[in-house]
Amino acid sequence: MKKFLLAVLVDNKPGVLTHVAGLISRRAFNIESISAGYTEEPSVTRINIVVSVESENELDQVVNQLGKLIDVIKIVNLSKAPSIERELVMIKVKASKETRADLVSIVDIFRAKIVDVTSENVIIELTGNQQKIDAICEVLSDYEIVEIARTGAIALSRGPIPVKKM
Amino acid sequence: MKMNGAQALLECLKNEGVELVFGYPGGVVLKLYDEIYKMKFPNILTGHEQGAVHAADGYARATGKVGVVIATSGPGAANLITGIATANMDSVPLVCITGQVASPAIGKDSFQEVDVCGITAPITKHNYLVKNVEELPRVVKEAFFIARTGRPAPVCIDIAANVFNSEIDFEYPEKINLRGYTGENPCDEKAVDEVVAAIEKADFPLIFVGGGVIISETSNIVREILNRLQCPCTSTLMGLGSIEADREGYLGFAGMHGSYGANMAIQNCDLLICIGMRFSDRVTGKVAEFAPNAKIVHFEIDPAEINKNVQVDIKVLGDLKNSLPLLRDKLNAAETDFAKKFNSWLNYSIEIGNKHLFGYKTEGDEIKPGALISKISDICDENTIVVTDVGQHQMWTAQFFNVKGPRQFLTSGGLGTMGFGLPAAMGAKLACPDKNVVLITGDGSIMMNIQELATLADNNIDIKIVIVHNFILGMVGQWQRLFYNHHYSASELNLKRDFIKISEAMGLRGYRLTKAAELETELPEILFSKGAAVIDVYVPQEENVLPMVPGGKRLDQMVLS
Repeated sequence: MKKFLLAVLVDNKPGVLTHVAGLISRRAFNIESISAGYTEEPSVTRINIVVSVESENELDQVVNQLGKLIDVIKIVNLSKAPSIERELVMIKVKASKETRADLVSIVDIFRAKIVDVTSENVIIELTGNQQKIDAICEVLSDYEIVEIARTGAIALSRGPIPVKKM
Repeated sequence: MKMNGAQALLECLKNEGVELVFGYPGGVVLKLYDEIYKMKFPNILTGHEQGAVHAADGYARATGKVGVVIATSGPGAANLITGIATANMDSVPLVCITGQVASPAIGKDSFQEVDVCGITAPITKHNYLVKNVEELPRVVKEAFFIARTGRPAPVCIDIAANVFNSEIDFEYPEKINLRGYTGENPCDEKAVDEVVAAIEKADFPLIFVGGGVIISETSNIVREILNRLQCPCTSTLMGLGSIEADREGYLGFAGMHGSYGANMAIQNCDLLICIGMRFSDRVTGKVAEFAPNAKIVHFEIDPAEINKNVQVDIKVLGDLKNSLPLLRDKLNAAETDFAKKFNSWLNYSIEIGNKHLFGYKTEGDEIKPGALISKISDICDENTIVVTDVGQHQMWTAQFFNVKGPRQFLTSGGLGTMGFGLPAAMGAKLACPDKNVVLITGDGSIMMNIQELATLADNNIDIKIVIVHNFILGMVGQWQRLFYNHHYSASELNLKRDFIKISEAMGLRGYRLTKAAELETELPEILFSKGAAVIDVYVPQEENVLPMVPGGKRLDQMVLS
């Protein structure tokens, strides 16, 4: 299975996310993550989808089927263009007096941040690509992770040309 | 001009050239129906919302115009679903208008509330929920545009009840502003050049047309291309009529119950030129071994159909209206003497096809379904629209009715909806009052929307209904006979139902034919009589539709007898 990050520009209208998510499920496409947010244009929402496909052909199907949705303005496969990909994660880890120092050094090594501390736990925030986030999660698994929240990947193309003009 | 939302909606429909709607009133659309009453807007009241949506579908298939259906919220809207899905699978343009509970009541599980946009999203091209009257003209304009352009399909407009009562300063928009949809489908000329080159190289080309040819109104161009190439041709079920059935080299339709000649030609050809079709599993048989020797060309408007089921070698994206004239002109300009080059392949294909033509055995004075449909085909002229339901009778009609032109054969292909036929035939007749409309249905299918017999009577809609009555759900029975040891589980229909009495009770004439001789003595007279009539034709129960490609088999592995 190969993963691709699609930047999907859609009309900022009610029901758009339902149309996109519904299509992905009824065509039985596998998605790793999906996130949506406002953009520089108030009338446009950007949906970031990481799809997991068996072949290029299946990827074409995802893109072509999404392209049929009337609300979809543009789809760009950013995994095939020079681009920067990021994901944000927050991890709540149990932290006692004994383990706190270890956690701080892990946070330093990954250039993450501790954003909340209580007597029993810390919340660590990290931004990076997926491998980096997977790596810190694995290292922290030695320290009893209480919960994890991840945003899913988002990406921008490098250089001056935005997705809407690609 | 100041008016209320209900008036505005009807003004929008007038602006779109809508002459007739099919609909069923109810709580939240009372205001709309009040304006329909005052404006005398033509509305056909059906017996069931499913009847209304299939009727709008038949109207659209017969003409290419957008069919319009109106239903109330909740159960009214939910009753449309099968009809919307039917139209969606066969790319039929519909605008479905449903009432919704008033805006403040949405999401509260209010009386007769159902999430129409949620339910219809997978079976429409697009849908809208209108909560504010100001949006209404724009939405209706967009809905009609989306439904009829590109690959046509149904669009739903769900309108909150308060919108009908709100006042608007009405103006119908002239322009459409959709950033993600242009409705234009230009064609890639280079791809057409590739096709021409492939045809020049080919020895055994086959033209394979689908419903797209009918939708795009390009059957004349297909025929011109065939005149130039003089190669064999076939069609899908949905493509019936794009090529006249009596053309030399037309091998009949292909697929599960298609002709021997067409299926063999697909497996034998070295170039398969597919035009406006989508490689349904009913057409391909075992998909991995479909047309194994052929280079496959696909002319298609919808990019998502390319390589969806079958990998193709040359794709020609775009509206057939753009691509086919180009192909025709380029072929006409080519130097090759195609007729000469393909002549032996043409004759060979016809010869193979002649080995196993569609047929039936005459036994005693029983009426064989094949004989019945052949007779109807003989006595009906090109001015006849034949509509079917779904099952054995549908396949027999496809096999034995010689369809001459586009929009002459209407059937539910993709979804295979029993109960489609009667309301669709009604819609077709209302769309084309000058044509004769004959419905061929079964004793199973007719029961699924039989309430519409009353609609025919009430509105004096003159169609002839032929029930191929075999006392069984025929296609289910055929599979049970062939693959389930003759276990007729839940498929036998008893002898007690009397379609003549039903017809008379609903206000129509009913006739029964039981002997082969009556096809000559009775049938023509009834078919040409004035006014709707039901003709209940008894046929033997154990008749199979043949040939048949069993599930999972290759097209050349047909059961022939």
